[in-house]
Amino acid sequence: MGRSKLSQLWASVLINAIYSMENYPITLVNTFMAPLSILIIITLVSHGTLLSVGLSGALIMTMVTSGIGLQADLSHLKNDFKVQDMVVSSPTSAFMYMLGMAVSEVIFSLPAIIILTILAVLFIKVTIIGAIVIFAVMALMFSFSIALGFFLSTYSTDIVQNYAFMGILSIFLTTIPPVYYPITYIPLPYRYIAYLSPTTYAAEIIQSAIGYLQLSTLTLAVDWAVVIAVAAVLLTLSIKKSRWRES
Amino acid sequence: MKPGLVCKNLTKRYKNGPMALDNINISIPSKGIFALIGRNGAGKTTLTRILATELLPSSGTATINGIDVVNEAGRLREQIAILPQESRAVQWLTPRQSITSYLLYCGLSLREADSRVLPTLELLGIKKNENTLNRMLSGGVKRKVLIATVLASGSKVLFVDEPTTGLDPISRSELWTVLNKLKKDRFIFLTTHYLEEAERLADMIGIIDEGKLVALGTLNELRKIVKYGYSVRILQKGVSVRPRHGKLIVGENGFKQIITTEDEADRLAKRFIRDGTRFSMNPISLEDIFYYLVKKPIETGEVEEDEGGW
Repeated sequence: MGRSKLSQLWASVLINAIYSMENYPITLVNTFMAPLSILIIITLVSHGTLLSVGLSGALIMTMVTSGIGLQADLSHLKNDFKVQDMVVSSPTSAFMYMLGMAVSEVIFSLPAIIILTILAVLFIKVTIIGAIVIFAVMALMFSFSIALGFFLSTYSTDIVQNYAFMGILSIFLTTIPPVYYPITYIPLPYRYIAYLSPTTYAAEIIQSAIGYLQLSTLTLAVDWAVVIAVAAVLLTLSIKKSRWRES
Repeated sequence: MKPGLVCKNLTKRYKNGPMALDNINISIPSKGIFALIGRNGAGKTTLTRILATELLPSSGTATINGIDVVNEAGRLREQIAILPQESRAVQWLTPRQSITSYLLYCGLSLREADSRVLPTLELLGIKKNENTLNRMLSGGVKRKVLIATVLASGSKVLFVDEPTTGLDPISRSELWTVLNKLKKDRFIFLTTHYLEEAERLADMIGIIDEGKLVALGTLNELRKIVKYGYSVRILQKGVSVRPRHGKLIVGENGFKQIITTEDEADRLAKRFIRDGTRFSMNPISLEDIFYYLVKKPIETGEVEEDEGGW
């Protein structure tokens, strides 16, 4: 990657993360409030028995909401400030813009990721392989949500609509599905509905890696296949079908 | 001078929509200011966005300095910068941060980007606002921040879509001075609603109406398109007038304007002086040409054409 490509990536990081955090420090607090608050409630209600599951859920939520947040940020920059129009006419490609924005979301979520990782190290007993599995699932969830966020943002025309959409996505991907609690808590006929969300498969893999769920090899294979496929499809879609240069 | 912007039969039709651009043909030099004027929805922004590689045309071709806007967009993007219509300074950034980040998108190093900030802010007279959050700045200064952002890129080709909207007359005049300096070694594609702005700045002017380019040329060339060289404005209502030659335009406010020949303007002037009618008489301005070509006043009004006397 040449210096100019790095500059283009860094531009998004500056606009969407560094400058924003520098000028409005309160935004830092906001990033970890949502996952931490649900973690606290789950831990209190379960008398601590779901702490490890809740922690893994909080990590998934942080990664997924980063991507969904990207949708709102990109839409804001595109529709309200016309930044995307200026970038389209610059040497920066759609891919570099998306990559830069994705990195900016990671940086923006760093406070939450650091706090949750410290708590995870303290309270979750996990093997090296388990840790690698958790990291891989988080990366896939982040890729999936970033791609989804970018794809949707290029079609958005109104930030108000976008914020509403972001809230709905967040609820259906992280709050309602068994991300903060095990899927076994859902009565069987309704369990299949939970499988409509890709985050359910991701949570199953992580809950298995931390020893909370015992899953068959076939179930784990299916979980991995779904998580990888969803991330791959959305990444492809976001690269091929996003509306960058309009026709 | 070799042609800088060349459009051949450039056409844009939006899906299920009207013809936004209809066979646009342009060939203009590679330096100086080209002002595109037209009513709202005439096609100015569509043409700007196609040339700035943001939008694909339906048919036809366009090249800037020999580079095709469709097939060589990547190469062209290294030479252009655009200030889009209705763009706003990002409110959580400072002017320094706004310029720096845009220059990084242009592929400059952070050091190079940093070094360009102050001279550009100084050029626009907003150096003291360097580190103030954009949201704290006045509307005019915010506009200048955006202009500074594209100017700092040093691009050979600048697209500025209504750049002076929201600027006070002094700021507007300051920006005109800057654009006049810049045009010496680059091509500036300017769209504007301010006809005076186009008249003062542009080396070439295009008038677009309902997607069609109805006139293209220097101001003097446009004056020749209109067969009448003088404009007489009657500055009071209720005056009956039937010019022997020319065009009588009645604005919505009831005031009348006659675009006519020098002799007829002279004859009308003598009559108005004799009757004590308040009036003004000038060689036709771009505004007069615009009204004449676009057929109706900018504000809805009636148009009458008359060849008779009174």
